[in-house]
Amino acid sequence: MLPSTPDRLTVLIADDNVSDRMLLSAIVSRQGHDVLTASNGAEAVSLFERRRPQLVLMDAMMPVMDGFEAARQIKALAGDALVPIIFLTSLTEGEDLARCLDAGGDDFVAKPYNQLVLAAKINAMNRLRVLQETVLHQRDLITRHHKYLLNEQRVAKALFDQIAHSGCLSSTNIRYLQSPYALFNGDLLLAAWSPSGNMHLLLGDFTGHGLPAAVGAMPLAEVFYGMTAKGYGLRETLREMNAKLKRILPVDMFCCAALLSLNFKQQLVEVWNGGLPDGYLLHGDGRPHTPLISSNVPLGVLSAGSFDDNTQVYPFGPGDRVFLLSDGVVDSTGQDGELFGARRLQNVLVSNRNPALLIEEVQWALARFNGQARDDVSMVEVAFTEPDLLGPPSVIYTDSGDCSPLDWSASFEYRAVTLKRFNPLPYLLQLLQEVHGLRSQSGELYIVLSELYSNALEHGVLGLDSALKRDAEGFGLYYQQRGERLDTLEDGFIRIDFNIVPAGDGGRLTVRVQDSGAGFDSDRVLAMPPATNQLSGRGLSLVRQLSDRCQWSDDGRTASVEFAWEGLA
Amino acid sequence: MSVTSERSADGQQLTITISGRFDFSTHQDFRGAYEKETQAKRIVVDLKDTSYLDSSALGMLLLLRDHAGGDKSDVQLTNCNNDVRKILEISNFSKLFNIAKPA
Repeated sequence: MLPSTPDRLTVLIADDNVSDRMLLSAIVSRQGHDVLTASNGAEAVSLFERRRPQLVLMDAMMPVMDGFEAARQIKALAGDALVPIIFLTSLTEGEDLARCLDAGGDDFVAKPYNQLVLAAKINAMNRLRVLQETVLHQRDLITRHHKYLLNEQRVAKALFDQIAHSGCLSSTNIRYLQSPYALFNGDLLLAAWSPSGNMHLLLGDFTGHGLPAAVGAMPLAEVFYGMTAKGYGLRETLREMNAKLKRILPVDMFCCAALLSLNFKQQLVEVWNGGLPDGYLLHGDGRPHTPLISSNVPLGVLSAGSFDDNTQVYPFGPGDRVFLLSDGVVDSTGQDGELFGARRLQNVLVSNRNPALLIEEVQWALARFNGQARDDVSMVEVAFTEPDLLGPPSVIYTDSGDCSPLDWSASFEYRAVTLKRFNPLPYLLQLLQEVHGLRSQSGELYIVLSELYSNALEHGVLGLDSALKRDAEGFGLYYQQRGERLDTLEDGFIRIDFNIVPAGDGGRLTVRVQDSGAGFDSDRVLAMPPATNQLSGRGLSLVRQLSDRCQWSDDGRTASVEFAWEGLA
Repeated sequence: MSVTSERSADGQQLTITISGRFDFSTHQDFRGAYEKETQAKRIVVDLKDTSYLDSSALGMLLLLRDHAGGDKSDVQLTNCNNDVRKILEISNFSKLFNIAKPA
């Protein structure tokens, strides 16, 4: 509704002198306005209450209630709306005229009236009145829209939280700081368990603010949770997230992101950073921290063909932490326009003594630097933890189990071209999930399958020597060689056989994993004590712990493990 | 903040110069500088007077790249100061644009 701008106003005339009142009424009526008349201040106030005239011509000196008091009361009744009051006065002393304005009058005309001046004053006052009306109308509109927007954001956030917080951000080894409305700044923090007990974590920062950024976050979260839960690794998840964002986002929108996969059992962390400021791997043993540099284009920019899903792998053991942050931290500007910058952040990291306070210390440093907190600052710190202390919650299945297949076998052979790119584990795991008796062991099953698969791939097909992983340097070399050999792989295979047979009320699964590599001396390797403080050698002991029986063929090229289950209650 | 553009004598190259902060307020002007361009084979974005560049500017550069032919485009970013270079580095825009080394 637009403010009304009637040329025809309702004008209240208050004057105790009858002839003056009639004269003025005649003049104002002739100018095209409707006239209400009052013979004293009290009458004027009561007429104003009933009829709400738009403008008042007020005599100063009147019986019962004078013009000054009437003006005060009318202004109070009018509230925010501007009801111009023009005093009619024969007073000439400056002090008296000032009193008219002090009482809330907007102007005065001197008696005797000059018709032209009076008309001009009424028009001028009306312009102010209309202006005020417009401002008030717009203020109300803005207030209404703002309330509406806040409510929309509240609902959208509640909706999004259902998706975003379905993960494991509340785990005891994760600390984070995010504005409650980070979503509308385009900041996104997600964490979830993979079936093998790895923790995946994503910190993302969409370009742009408000609704578009929030809308982009939805599909990203869905891909992240969906693929993590199915057991896909970082690389496949990254490819899918990039492809999805590339498809749906406009050209000028993208998502800077860092993704982590924390493997607490093997004590590794896998990292991908595309467009976020340097993150840091903070070592528990006091070594200088390792920067986790952005070496990729952000998600949603490159086509699937040119997207780079290469990740870095680092040892990650007790006392180690990873710290990630959004650009709101390093891009905070001080009073003089200077940026907070990476160096100030590093100083905080270096001087930090109590890990539990790191995020607070960064906040304090930011507050000292620019005196005010920005609302687009996101930080997350994830610490190493013993695998038994945490764990993926068990999955609840809703189907009855009556149609579970119980006597079958299947064989798969994956050859070189496939091994380069494809991760068969999620599919294989899903196949085994059809067997209800195996579901309670799906975590163990997944870990054993992935261990056997990566042993077959890395030591068998690619011929990598795990002895390389003795120290941090060799560790890097190992993963570098893994990438290079995989890129140039031309032949080789991994065969996986499943055999499921019923046994009593339950059943038994045998998995055989065979590779085309040179094999190894299984007796010697398995006789070694399980490694506890080394960077390698955790795989085989895990397999032995988690499966019911496991053995290697004499040539070390075929591993065979068994899982048994009892009848379901 | 201002955006100016200039075409080379042979019409083969369009040079867009941005001075001051390159951010969302530049959106219209920046777009206007290349939108009607159909002849130029090469686009140079001269950042010698650009003091700062934010993520919406990165988005605008992507729009320019898209307009100039996407993966087949020839877009060069020249004369970046250290702050600007750092921002381009973090996003690894050197994989998308030809970023000239400082002279």
